[in-house]
Amino acid sequence: MSTNLADPTRLATPPTFQSVSVSRRIKNGIATGLVWGAFLIAIIPLVWVLYTVIQRGFPVILDGDWWQKSMSGLLARQQGGGAYHAIYGTLVQGLVCAVISVPIGIMVAIYLVEYGGRSRLAKSTTFMVDILTGVPSIVAALFVYTVWITTFGLGRSALAVSIALVLLMVPVIVRTTEEMLKIVPDELREASYALGIPKWKTIVKIVIPTALSGILTGIMLALARVMGETAPVLVLAAYAPFINYNLFDGPMASLPLMMVNERNNPTQAGFERIWGAAITLVVLITLFNLLATVISRALAPKTK
Amino acid sequence: MAKRLDIKDLNLFYGKFHAVENVSLAVPPKNVTAFIGPSGCGKSTVLRSLNRMHEVAPGARVEGKVLLDGEDIYASTVDPVEVRRTIGMVFQRPNPFPTMSIRDNVVAGLRLSGVKDKKKLDEVAERSLRGANLWNEVKDRLDKPGGGLSGGQQQRLCIARAIAVQPDVLLMDEPCSALDPISTLAIEDLITELKKEYTIVIVTHNMQQAARVSDQTAFFNLLGVGQPGQLIEVDDTEKIFSNPGQKATEDYISGRFG
Repeated sequence: MSTNLADPTRLATPPTFQSVSVSRRIKNGIATGLVWGAFLIAIIPLVWVLYTVIQRGFPVILDGDWWQKSMSGLLARQQGGGAYHAIYGTLVQGLVCAVISVPIGIMVAIYLVEYGGRSRLAKSTTFMVDILTGVPSIVAALFVYTVWITTFGLGRSALAVSIALVLLMVPVIVRTTEEMLKIVPDELREASYALGIPKWKTIVKIVIPTALSGILTGIMLALARVMGETAPVLVLAAYAPFINYNLFDGPMASLPLMMVNERNNPTQAGFERIWGAAITLVVLITLFNLLATVISRALAPKTK
Repeated sequence: MAKRLDIKDLNLFYGKFHAVENVSLAVPPKNVTAFIGPSGCGKSTVLRSLNRMHEVAPGARVEGKVLLDGEDIYASTVDPVEVRRTIGMVFQRPNPFPTMSIRDNVVAGLRLSGVKDKKKLDEVAERSLRGANLWNEVKDRLDKPGGGLSGGQQQRLCIARAIAVQPDVLLMDEPCSALDPISTLAIEDLITELKKEYTIVIVTHNMQQAARVSDQTAFFNLLGVGQPGQLIEVDDTEKIFSNPGQKATEDYISGRFG
């Protein structure tokens, strides 16, 4: 053994480690290429949509009137007016829907995770929530139409829209809340029980606060989804070019409905309003998502 | 107020599985009793049955009696929530509440039982943290989250949380198994301190630990897979580790097990 210790590159024995083989390098290259390709295919339409919406809609929403005026008293081909009535409708329908859905959804999830266990009621509830998750919005809308309008003889209104949206929102909230409650470790529940804290208080004061940031994110995402739903507004509320504050009666505009309505307007004014309403909806939903991020950051359990 | 525990003919089940068979045992007050034995022998299950935590698991069932100063904690008129308030528990892994500050963690038991007086809560927090030998390390950051402490500190925080509600008995389920030797030493010193005021039952896999901290040791064993665990013998710790009455105990503590 006359290995020169000063020169580590000269080894008496063959090296233990060899360079990456050709076949592995090829496989790695193919896999990397596929992953990048999939990423690009996914990102292209997203960027494209966003670019088109911003490019065509942005000039429209820069006008202060857009946020403050309705379409009241305007002829179709006339420029001007705004989306105030539609923004109001979208927000109010979404919020009413959330006010109904959030307590129901959270309580159903609490039942499923904390009380239901493997009981038959819990299993069938989970099954039905799964089915509801897959129900298309038009089916929910027609169901509400049948019950609300045909059977009970009540008129088309914003409230009917909200109820149809509830059918779409509840299963999403149940699902996300369920997942969030499940990842709260049982050790925390046991720690709480061991202090002599009753089960309901453990759920309200320990389990829910621990899962709250995730639950809230789920709620905001569900809200963003239902605010863009078109079928329920199309079926259950007539379009009004003016502002209608009444939730219970009369036609009420919303952003998706405004877009559908302006599609029948072949003039330049109509074209601008469609893109204006589109970007307004995107902006509203982005704001909700940002809000959700900020709140859930603030509420998330910290270690520092 | 430390109280004594008497376990009489205790049989524990998970669904149809008979986990522990015919355990009878007396735990004197202001005394440390250690439960030792191989994994799966049911020592943790017995411990959890002493404050009615066993029944939290789905399908879990208890037969027999557990008397706290003569009062059966399994009597039909007894509220399990009250039992757990009287018999506290520290778990294997430190589990501070992640949404709460150090101070709020300590007083969680009181605050969630309706105590609102801030002055009293502050007093209890300080007393309990001092009792758990943690006060000097955390007194300047009581409002910081409990999750930011080291593992050993978190476990002492959990002990502080358990003694804040002033239980009569303190149950510890392998409280040091997730900790390094220095933190373990801190907890063991603490157990010796706490013995002056509380009745303590500790489950441990570490026989040196049982020998160091306990006055009385109970050895559990199981005859085979699927068989219920049994209490083989219980005696003064010194006797168990020097001259045990049963061969199985001697084999286990001398490492000639199985």
